[in-house]
Amino acid sequence: MHLLGETLQETFTRKGITRRDFMKFCGVMASALALPKSTADLIARALESPKRLPVIWLELQDCAGCSEAFLRTPTPTVGELVLDVLSVDYHETIMAASGHAAEAAKQASMAAGGYILVVEGAISTADDGGYCCIAGKSSMDIIQEAAKNAVAIVAIGTCATFGGIPKAAPNPTSAVGVMDVIRDKPIINLPGCPVNPVNLSATIVHYLTFNRLPEVDKLLRPLFAYGAKIHDNCERRGHFDAGEFVRQWGDEGHRKGWCLYQMGCKGPVTFHNCPTVRYNNGTSWPVASGHPCIGCSEPGFWEMKTYEPITLYEFAPPEQFPSVEKPSREINPAAVAISGTAIGFITGAAGAIAYNALTNRSGHQKPEIETEEAEKSDHSDHT
Amino acid sequence: MRAVENALQIKVPTNARLIRNIIDAIQFVQDHVVHFYHLHALDWVDIVNALQADPEATAQLAQSISDWPNSSPTYFKAVQDKVSKFVASGQLGIFANGYWGHPAYKLPPEANLMAVAHYLEALDWQREVIRAHAILGAKNPHLQTYLVGGMSTPVDPESEMAINANKIAQLKQLFAKARLFVEKVYLPDVLAVAPFYLDWVEIGEGLGNFMSYGDIPLIDDFDPDNPEHMFFPRGIILDRDLSKVHPLDPEMINEYVTHSWYTYDDESKGLHPSVGETKPNYTGPKPPYDFLDVDKKYTWLKAPRYDNKAMEVGPLARMLIGYASGHERTKFWVDAVLTKLNAPATILFSTLGRVAARCIETVLLAEKLEEWTDELAANIAKGDLAIHEQVHWDPSTWPAEAMGWGYTEAPRGALGHWIHIKDGKIANYQAIVPSTWNASPRDASGLPGAYEAALIGTPVANPEQPVEILRTVHSFDPCMACAVHVLDAEGKEITRVVVMD
Repeated sequence: MHLLGETLQETFTRKGITRRDFMKFCGVMASALALPKSTADLIARALESPKRLPVIWLELQDCAGCSEAFLRTPTPTVGELVLDVLSVDYHETIMAASGHAAEAAKQASMAAGGYILVVEGAISTADDGGYCCIAGKSSMDIIQEAAKNAVAIVAIGTCATFGGIPKAAPNPTSAVGVMDVIRDKPIINLPGCPVNPVNLSATIVHYLTFNRLPEVDKLLRPLFAYGAKIHDNCERRGHFDAGEFVRQWGDEGHRKGWCLYQMGCKGPVTFHNCPTVRYNNGTSWPVASGHPCIGCSEPGFWEMKTYEPITLYEFAPPEQFPSVEKPSREINPAAVAISGTAIGFITGAAGAIAYNALTNRSGHQKPEIETEEAEKSDHSDHT
Repeated sequence: MRAVENALQIKVPTNARLIRNIIDAIQFVQDHVVHFYHLHALDWVDIVNALQADPEATAQLAQSISDWPNSSPTYFKAVQDKVSKFVASGQLGIFANGYWGHPAYKLPPEANLMAVAHYLEALDWQREVIRAHAILGAKNPHLQTYLVGGMSTPVDPESEMAINANKIAQLKQLFAKARLFVEKVYLPDVLAVAPFYLDWVEIGEGLGNFMSYGDIPLIDDFDPDNPEHMFFPRGIILDRDLSKVHPLDPEMINEYVTHSWYTYDDESKGLHPSVGETKPNYTGPKPPYDFLDVDKKYTWLKAPRYDNKAMEVGPLARMLIGYASGHERTKFWVDAVLTKLNAPATILFSTLGRVAARCIETVLLAEKLEEWTDELAANIAKGDLAIHEQVHWDPSTWPAEAMGWGYTEAPRGALGHWIHIKDGKIANYQAIVPSTWNASPRDASGLPGAYEAALIGTPVANPEQPVEILRTVHSFDPCMACAVHVLDAEGKEITRVVVMD
């Protein structure tokens, strides 16, 4: 077990994992970070260093969900890797010490400096900070004090990044995210409710390997994890393109894994790597379990109507692509009226629906698509 | 969700009821084990003292209490070597500043080493078994398949994208693994450690009043007041009297804000949560501060009361109410543990009683997981693929006004939500979470909550290192950052708990 100070290679040897497997793992991490395979050697060298990177982990206006997520960092390697290379000097929930002894451990680590500051939860700015005090200090004082000697700050979860649920209207505590109050330190934002622990470990590995933080978008989110929309990599994208939609919980389309767009899916406006890394050691993610994406990693997700379809502004390009399925021998009587000879000349949405009808897919309608060039969604230009 | 279902009188389909029960059960099992090993054990286990253990003797100890396979001298030697190397590194990380070497630690080195090994094993175990939540609920923590009216987890034996035979098999494999660890490691560890801390059956008693809303409905048309219908029966126990389980009347719940940073028009009275108010009014000191004035308002928690009595909620409350209601398996396991410890049921009213009750509850649920999964499979096999009550999904079908009470038993205890729906919108919403009951401040008549009552009379050997206080507070599994201050006023030792967050 990694907690106890052995190097990663020793952990692996003890577990009967060969050098070859270790290098393979480094290769997997390289691809998780969207890096070339050739960087695996670099990652391996960084991970074999016996000195562990100090971490101070703050919990402010939070629910400990991101801490719980951290405990689920998947086996066999990523979690052991993270805990083996880190020295978590302060973490209220999992540390052995409490009260004054815990605060003293934090003070010692802050004085030594050179740590990564992980922040979970929002910062309260109302009423002198009385809404969130730990050991008599306001969340604002706590974060400013801890940020001072930090090498970098990793804000995890949607609360620490964008204010999250505490910031939901009417925001009684005037909750804000880390980047709203700390301006003089490098900050990485890893939103999500909770953070995907794979992205946390990948960020730390990136730092250890290259001695710098990963590249980020304008919301300070690393591109390797937040560079693409959920919609772009969704395993159900084919059903969206084919016009196959879930209409009711438990209907045939729902049981077959069709697209959840009509049930309110926010995948088209959410930048996150859920479809590729999934959760709980790759077991599942919301869409794979039959629930639409709620956009939990986007700023202000709590204001979106969960079960209402979002507005789409453009045709999905494959609309104009030919179907891979042969037209059925049974012609739908309703479609006959359209005339079979027209199929070759169909363009646009109406034609596509007619074409789908002829190929016996008439039960599945396209979303209502607005064709005018409307103002783009706020989220469409993050990349 | 249940509050809305209650307001709209929705009955969820059988599959949804069973899936929710299974999710609940594995949540309890995983959460209780994490609480015991990772959030509570180090109050009882001296990790540094484990360095003095003889691995050979540790192996003998482990083999004498369980046939769990990880019990060889080589295994324990390897764990000890790693502890040794970790300590030598000078970077103690999450173990820094623990009260190691404190005289209140009573375990022999071998028991400490065994417990440290199981701390590490449990860390791997919890991550694996909770994958069941991802199968049924998309991810853990923060599951995402709950719907008003059912679940969004499709079931279909003929689809790879739904709960099918493959997923049932995966669940059963995880549940077998869960149960094995609980029966071969957690339960034997608690039984092995408890005899060294038997003085803790007389410390931390607390209120003697216990409450459970009841949960895990065993049939579709359940009556929550019928103990036969609920795996955790509903009820109230007063003044440690196990001969009578009083019926629970949700109308008797009130919340006071006398010592809380909220305002009511008349703070001498409590408000029922269905008409509850949450108007923040911070009157505490400007931070930073050293102490709060407990004669005034001093917390963000309200003071919930049942029939104007403070109540303890959680595993101990559930096990006592189950025991006193005659729940067969609860009686079996409670009696088995008491026999093993050679002690009467009254020892349960204590800090150690809470630790034991949490373990017993875990055993009870762990042995049901596979059975309930089979029940789900059997229901699907009948051709029932319904997961959602469709009728009320569209808010246009709702009445102009409706009130609802949603209740559940969370691992930490009774959890209630109250909703007032008006014109398709939420007019009022109030929640009373388990830790509000247990960590409650004083009410209008000055009655203390469960933590405070339990800490009265706790002997503290060294006020600078109050591990004894931690033992009792942690035995409740508190859901918040809690700061514990011990102060010396006028030469008299006073302990008080200041709850924050």
